[in-house]
Order: sequence, then C-alpha cells, then structure tokens
Amino acid sequence: MEHKLICIVCPRGCHLTIDENNNVSGNSCPRGVPYAINEMTCPKRMLTSTVKIVSKFINRLPVITSEEIEKSKIFDVMEEINKVEVKAPVKMHEIIIKNVLNTGVDIISTREILD
Amino acid sequence: MNSYNVVIIGGGSAGLAAAKECYDLGVKKVLILERDPVLGGILNQCIHNGFGLHEFKEQLSGPEYAYRFIEMIKETDVEVKLNTMVTDITKDKHVIYTNEEEGYQEIEAKTIIFAMGCYERNAGAIQLPGDRPVGVFTAGTAQKYLNIEGYLIGKKVFILGSGDIGLIMARRMTLEGAKVLGVAEIMPYSNGLNRNIVQCLNDFDIPLYLSHTVTKVIGKEKLERIELSQVDEKLVPIKGSEKYFDVDTLLLSIGLTPITDLLSQLNLNIHPRTRGPIVNEHNETSIPGVFVAGNGLHVHDLVDYVSREARLSALGAYNYLNDRLHYGNELITTKNEYGVGYIVPQVINYLNIEEKVTLKFRVTKPYKNADILIKADDEVIKKIYKLNIIPSEMENIDVSKDLIKPNTKIISVEIKER
Repeated sequence: MEHKLICIVCPRGCHLTIDENNNVSGNSCPRGVPYAINEMTCPKRMLTSTVKIVSKFINRLPVITSEEIEKSKIFDVMEEINKVEVKAPVKMHEIIIKNVLNTGVDIISTREILD
Repeated sequence: MNSYNVVIIGGGSAGLAAAKECYDLGVKKVLILERDPVLGGILNQCIHNGFGLHEFKEQLSGPEYAYRFIEMIKETDVEVKLNTMVTDITKDKHVIYTNEEEGYQEIEAKTIIFAMGCYERNAGAIQLPGDRPVGVFTAGTAQKYLNIEGYLIGKKVFILGSGDIGLIMARRMTLEGAKVLGVAEIMPYSNGLNRNIVQCLNDFDIPLYLSHTVTKVIGKEKLERIELSQVDEKLVPIKGSEKYFDVDTLLLSIGLTPITDLLSQLNLNIHPRTRGPIVNEHNETSIPGVFVAGNGLHVHDLVDYVSREARLSALGAYNYLNDRLHYGNELITTKNEYGVGYIVPQVINYLNIEEKVTLKFRVTKPYKNADILIKADDEVIKKIYKLNIIPSEMENIDVSKDLIKPNTKIISVEIKER
C-alpha cells in the first residue's frame, strides 16, 4: 500500500509517496523522510496561539510550542493555553507553560511586550 | 528642512530589511516612517510559524521574524518614527508626514523606498451578491481581531477564497472553538500553499469546495446564511447547484493588492497585473531615486522573498546616492509569454546589472511536467524543469549577466509543457 502525502516541513510542499516499508520518494530534501514516516505513525504539529496579557498596548501575547506536539493533543493543549493570563513585561521566548500536559513540551512566548 | 539620504515609508518586513541593508552598505541618515505604534507590520498578527526558512534557515512565527529584524535595527543608527502617517509626497521627493509629537512636518529625501504593503480585496472588489449584514470580514481583519485584540468574531464560519490568510484563519478559528463549515474557491485549484491545505484544512476535516463561489449573502442585520454554487469552466454559477450554510461569519480571502495611494500622486505607471508600480532591475520606479519593496511592489507568498527583494531596493538607493545608476540608454523589456501572468522587473538597464538579474513571476494556472524557458530576443538562454508549478507560489529565476547581451531588447519567460 502506497500513501501519497504533501510535505508540510517547508512552504515548497513536496508531493511525497511512502510505502509499507517506509520507503519515501518525491522529497526534495532529507527532511521529507522523517516527516512522511511520522505522518504515518504519530503525526505531530507545531501549535501557535495567544494567551491573555495585561499590558498597556496589547491584549494578546503570541505563543508557540517549543517542539512539535502530537496532533491528537492539540485541542487539549489549547485548553491549557486558554487558562493562562500573564502580565507585561514578557521577554521573547519566555516559558509561559512548562511541560504542558506532561508532553515534555513548553509553551513559550514569541513576542517581547515590554510596556 | 531636515534632509535624509533614504526615507523608508513603512516599517514592516520590507521596510525593516531595506533599512538594515542601507545601514550595512554604510548609508547614513536613514529614516523609517511607520504609522503603527510598533515596527513589524503585518508580521505581528501572523502568529503561525513557517517564516524564515530561507532568511534564517529555521522556522519562525511572524512576530519572531519581525523581532529578529527589529533587534538588528536597534543596533544601527537608522532613525525610526512610529505613530507617523505620511500624507503626501512631492515630485522633488519631499515627504510630508504628521504625528502627535511633531505635528505636520516636511522633510527632504534624496531617495525614497516605498514599503507600504498591500490591502486585502473586500466584498466590493468582487461585487459579492446579496445583503450587506454584519459578519462579513476580510480574513486579515479577523486575524487582527483574534490575535492582537483577543476577540473571536464568530462561531460558525464560512471562508470564501483559498488564499493563505483564509486557510490560516480556518485553523486558527477552529482552534479557538469556532466551527468552520468550509472554504470555497472559484478556481478549480487552490490559491494557497499546499502545506496550508494540509495543515489548516485536512488536519481539521474542513472541506475545500473547488470551483464554487458564494452567490448570495443572506441576513438583515447580522449574517444568517450564505448560498454557495458550483461554477462552470467560464466561472459562471451553475443553476441548481446551490447549497446553503447557516453561518454568522463569512471571511474573504480573495487576494491582495499593493497599496499605491501615495504613489499615484507621483503619476507613476501602475502595472495592470501586479497592480504595483512598474520598476527596473533595482526596483526603481520611473522616477529616479524612488524605489518600491515588498507587497507594495507585487504580492508575495513568502516573507523571506520580501526581505531579499527589499535589500535589492536598498542597493538601488545606495547606488543612486553614489551616482552608480545609469539612465537613458535603451532598456531591456521583460515579457510574459505563454503561461506566465507577469514578470517583475518590467524593465532592465543592462549597464546596471551587477552579476545577475532575478526574474520574479507567477504562472497563470497550475502546470505539471513543464519547462520554464527564459529567452533573450527569442533565443532560449535558460531552461528549468519543474514537476509542479502553481500560481500561488512565486517563481524566482536568476539570469546571470553573461547570458544577456548589451543589445538585448526583450527577455521573455514562457512555460512549455512536456
């Protein structure tokens, strides 16, 4: 059984094919191979969102997962993110939630809000 | 009157990269005028990641990408004026701006780089049929409400147009608890990047209706429902194909148009396809010393290319300031042939080419198994094979100077299917 996938590692969007022996073709760079294998076994995604921030000039602080998380946990992690409220100042890449839902992944800020 | 060597209008991705490059080239007296209270432009609301693969060799979110440039600018002597609105430009390159601290000011610019970005096309631009209730937004407006202000503008959403911002917002609103019922695209192919179809629609089982469009907006005061119809190959809605969706929000992701209001006062020629000004190999307009960069020149799908292109505009300003640009000799014209929608730059001065010239263009429809042919006066000078070429991805082809002759008149780009 062959599976056809579109690689999402970069904006190029290569058309990949993977067979049952994890042979990957169609990739233009090496990153396509682990992507295709993960996609068939345990798909993972980076998650970006915002948390509430108390600041003079902005209401939301953008955040990102420090690594990819399992796709099946995205909505659970969103729930955790939406419980958080932070106060300015916040530095770039500050940890907002440590080890979210015991995934080993942190939620970190992606903007500096100094007020 | 204050005088600057380079006045950059707009402190988003194009303006920041242009300013940094001016500094790196040793240009003094560089000024950025930005109407927002912060630098970074639209990147600040693009909180998703995927930016910076070419520029920084890693994936960044929009605010992180902006931050890198803002931090670099802080280390320079580039002057920045925030909360500042440019109201007028004169033919002799005087820039008139206003802000709360200085009031109304007029400054002299030896060169100007326009980096003002683009508008989203709205309901009026496509004569969206039906009522005009509350609940119809451009995707970027919804993005600003959600990611900057913190308001989810609706709970049941339909998206018209498969542009990248629409796809990104389909995922973003879904994550925040809205139900996105579908995305409709009038063309038989998507206008967004493939990766966004996968990670924004397929991941959340959001249907993509190709060859479909909204044929009626229904709702007295608030949006109540939309009528969706399939279209034929001439893009005309097919009677009897109507489907109805009860929604409170319709997002429009139907294309972007360069902002050229200020440029129109200079009577610059606007290109009918890019809707940005016509420029030469240094992104210089028909007025010497006036340059354009970023989405104000033509709409990009990757910010990395905006940064790169803005550096070219900055190099142009530097060359102009040092009397290194040639004017007046016969220009090479670029010509889009079969399968190519437009080419930037539209004109090339052979004497101004340093090592190469980069042709930027989009195809008119998706092609598979095709060659991109670059021709100089009908002679093929470069051929590049592509398995897939799609309109939503801008192509960049470098043509080295030795492939072009001083007397070349036309450089054309053509798609040839195998």
